[in-house]
Amino acid sequence: MGDNESRQTIVLKGIGVSPGIAMGRAYLLDYAIANVPLYHLRDEAQVWEEIARFEKALRQSRRQLAAIKKSLSDREGMEPFFIIDVHIMMLRDKKLIYNTVNNIKEKRINAEWAMKLTIERYRDIFAKIEDEYLKARFSDVEYVGQRIMRNLIGRDQIRISDVGEPAIIISRDLSPADTVQMKMENILGFATDIGGKTSHTAIVARSIGIPAVVGLERVTREIRSKDTVIVDGCDGFIIINPDPEVLKRYEEKKRHYEILEEDLLREAKRPAVTTDQYKIEIGANIEFVEEIPTAIMHGAEGIGLYRTEFLYINKEQLPTEEEHFSHYRRVIEGQGIRWSTIRTFDLGGDKFISDPKLAKEMNPVMGLRAIRFCLQEVELFKVQLRAILRASAFGKTKILFPMISGLEEIRRAKSIYNEVREDLIRQKIPVGADIEIGIMIEVPSAVVVADALAREVDFFSIGTNDLIQYTLAIDRVNERVTYLYEPLHPAVLKLIMMVVEAAHRAGIRVAMCGEMAGEPAYTLILLGLGLDELSMNPLAIPRVKKIVRQATLEESRALLENVLTVATAEEIEHLVREYMIRRFPDDFSG
Amino acid sequence: MKVTRVFTITNELGIHARSAAMIVEVSNRYKAKIVLEKDGTRVNAKSILGILMLGCPKGSKVIIQAEGVDAQEAVEELGKLIEDKFGEN
Repeated sequence: MGDNESRQTIVLKGIGVSPGIAMGRAYLLDYAIANVPLYHLRDEAQVWEEIARFEKALRQSRRQLAAIKKSLSDREGMEPFFIIDVHIMMLRDKKLIYNTVNNIKEKRINAEWAMKLTIERYRDIFAKIEDEYLKARFSDVEYVGQRIMRNLIGRDQIRISDVGEPAIIISRDLSPADTVQMKMENILGFATDIGGKTSHTAIVARSIGIPAVVGLERVTREIRSKDTVIVDGCDGFIIINPDPEVLKRYEEKKRHYEILEEDLLREAKRPAVTTDQYKIEIGANIEFVEEIPTAIMHGAEGIGLYRTEFLYINKEQLPTEEEHFSHYRRVIEGQGIRWSTIRTFDLGGDKFISDPKLAKEMNPVMGLRAIRFCLQEVELFKVQLRAILRASAFGKTKILFPMISGLEEIRRAKSIYNEVREDLIRQKIPVGADIEIGIMIEVPSAVVVADALAREVDFFSIGTNDLIQYTLAIDRVNERVTYLYEPLHPAVLKLIMMVVEAAHRAGIRVAMCGEMAGEPAYTLILLGLGLDELSMNPLAIPRVKKIVRQATLEESRALLENVLTVATAEEIEHLVREYMIRRFPDDFSG
Repeated sequence: MKVTRVFTITNELGIHARSAAMIVEVSNRYKAKIVLEKDGTRVNAKSILGILMLGCPKGSKVIIQAEGVDAQEAVEELGKLIEDKFGEN
C-alpha cells in the first residue's frame, strides 16, 4: 500500500475518560493479534529459521520483563509485582513453546502466525472455564502473547520511551509496565480498544492531563502507524484520517476548549465564595493517589472523598495493613490539600472474595455490604482502621463510614474505632490528634434519625447517588426505571434540607459527595440548601466554583424556596435549568 | 513409585495466577513427573498455563499424581501447599 493512497476517514465511538482534544500522528503500540501477517515456509531451512526467531523473541521477552520488574521494584509504594513473575513463568512454559514450535514445523507457517494459533487455542480453553475470575486469567496469557508478538515483529521501537516525535498512543490497553516507561512530553493522547473510566489508561491520562478515549473496540485494527488521528476526549470518539475540513473544525474546537480550560484553571484556585460572602468548601472525589495533582490544579481544597474499594477489588489477596497504610499516607500527607476524608470499605463482600455463600444476593445494593459487612468481618475492618489511624499522623484526616442506617451501627463502628485507636496509643504508635469521624447519609432512615446521629459524629456527608436510589426505589442499573432517577425530586430536596438542619442544630458540618455536587446546574440549589462542603470529580470543580463566585446566597435561597412551591421533579428541573441559563448565559450555552 | 491423592481447593480465589505459580515452583523442585487432574482433564503440574487452564475454583476436587523417585515427597509438599491455602489468610 503506497503512501499516496488517500486513506478513508473512519470515526470510532468509545468512552471519553479524560477530556480535551488532541490531534497528531498515530503511534501503534501493539499490533492487534488480528493484524499478524501469515506466510508459508518454503523449506526446512526456513522452518529452523522461524523456530530460532521464536526462541529469540522468548528470550527478549523474558529479559524485558525482568528489566521492568527491576525498575518497578525500585519505586516506593508500588504493588508487589508478582504478576510479572507469573508472566515470566509463562514465557518458560514448555507447553506454550512446544505448541508454537510444533505449529511452525507441521503447518509450515511463520512464527507470528504460529504464536497467534497458540494464543487462540488458549482463548478457547479459557472461555470454557466457568469461574469468572479464573476465566479472566486469559488476559495474562494474552499479555504474554502480545509481548512475544511485538518482539517477533521486530519492533524494538515499540517502547513508548522511544516515541520520537509527539504522537497519539494507540494500543489494545495500557498496563503499568507500559506507562512506567513513557516519556510523557511526547504523548499527546491515548486511544485504546478496551477499558473504562477506572482503567489504568484513564487514570494516567487524567493525572497528566491529556485526552483519552478507551473502549473503542477496534482502534488497533483500523489504524496504521503514521495515520493522522483526532482524539476527542470530551465527547468520546476518535477520527482516523480526517479530511482537511474536519481537521480545521477540530483545530477550532481544540482552541476553544483550551481557552475555556485556561480561564477556568486560572481562576480555579480562588476560593468558592459568593458575592455576598458565603464560603463553601470544595473537595475532590478520588480513587487513586495519582489523581491528587490534577485535583489541586483544578481547585480542590481538600480530598472530600477517597474511595478505598480499589484496594480490594481484582486482587488475589486481601490488602495488608502496610498496603492500606502506604496509600492512605500518600493521600493524607499530600501537599496542597487541607484535609483528606477517607471512606471505609463500601462494597459487598462478594467484590473481593469469591465465597459462594456471599456471592449471590438477590438485591445486593440492599444486601450485606459497606458498614454492615465491616461490622461482621471485624478483623478486616480493624486492619483498615489501623492503617487510616497510623496515616492520620501525617495530616488532617476525616474518617467516613458508609451506609449507616441507624444509631447502633455508628456506635458499633465507633467502639471498634476507639479500640483500634487505644491499641495504637498503647503501642506508642503516633496517630493524628484531630481526626474527625463522619457518616455517609445515604439511607433514608438515617435522614429521619439525623438529629440523634448528629450527636454521635463530627460531620455528615450526603451520598446523593444512593440516597436518591433508596428514596425513590430505583434500581440504577435497570434501564427501564432510570427515567425516575431525579436528583431534584422534591422528596430528595426535602430530605437534604432535613439533614442540613439536623446537622446545624447539633453544630456539625455537612458535605455532599454524590454526583449531584458536581453538576453546575444544581450549584445554586445546593448553596440554598446550606451545605458546607461540596466534593466532586476533580474535573468538575472549576465550573462549579465559577458559578459560586458569581452567585449570591440570597438568590440561591430564593430559588430553592421558589422551586419547592412546585410539586413535580420535572417542573423543578425545568425551573432550575431556565434560571441558570438566564442568570449565567456564558456557562450554560446549549 | 507412583503416588495419587485427591485434594479439595479451599482458598477463596481457587487456583489463580499466584497459587498456580507456587505449584509450578514446588513441582519444578522434584524429578517426578507430576500430573494434576480435574474432571478428567490432566495437565502437567510444571506448566503454569496447564494449571490455569484447568480452572479450579474454591471447592473443586483435584487429583495429584506423581511418578518417580521423589513422588511421595512431591505430593506431600503440594498437598501441604493446598491445605495451607497457599499462604493466604
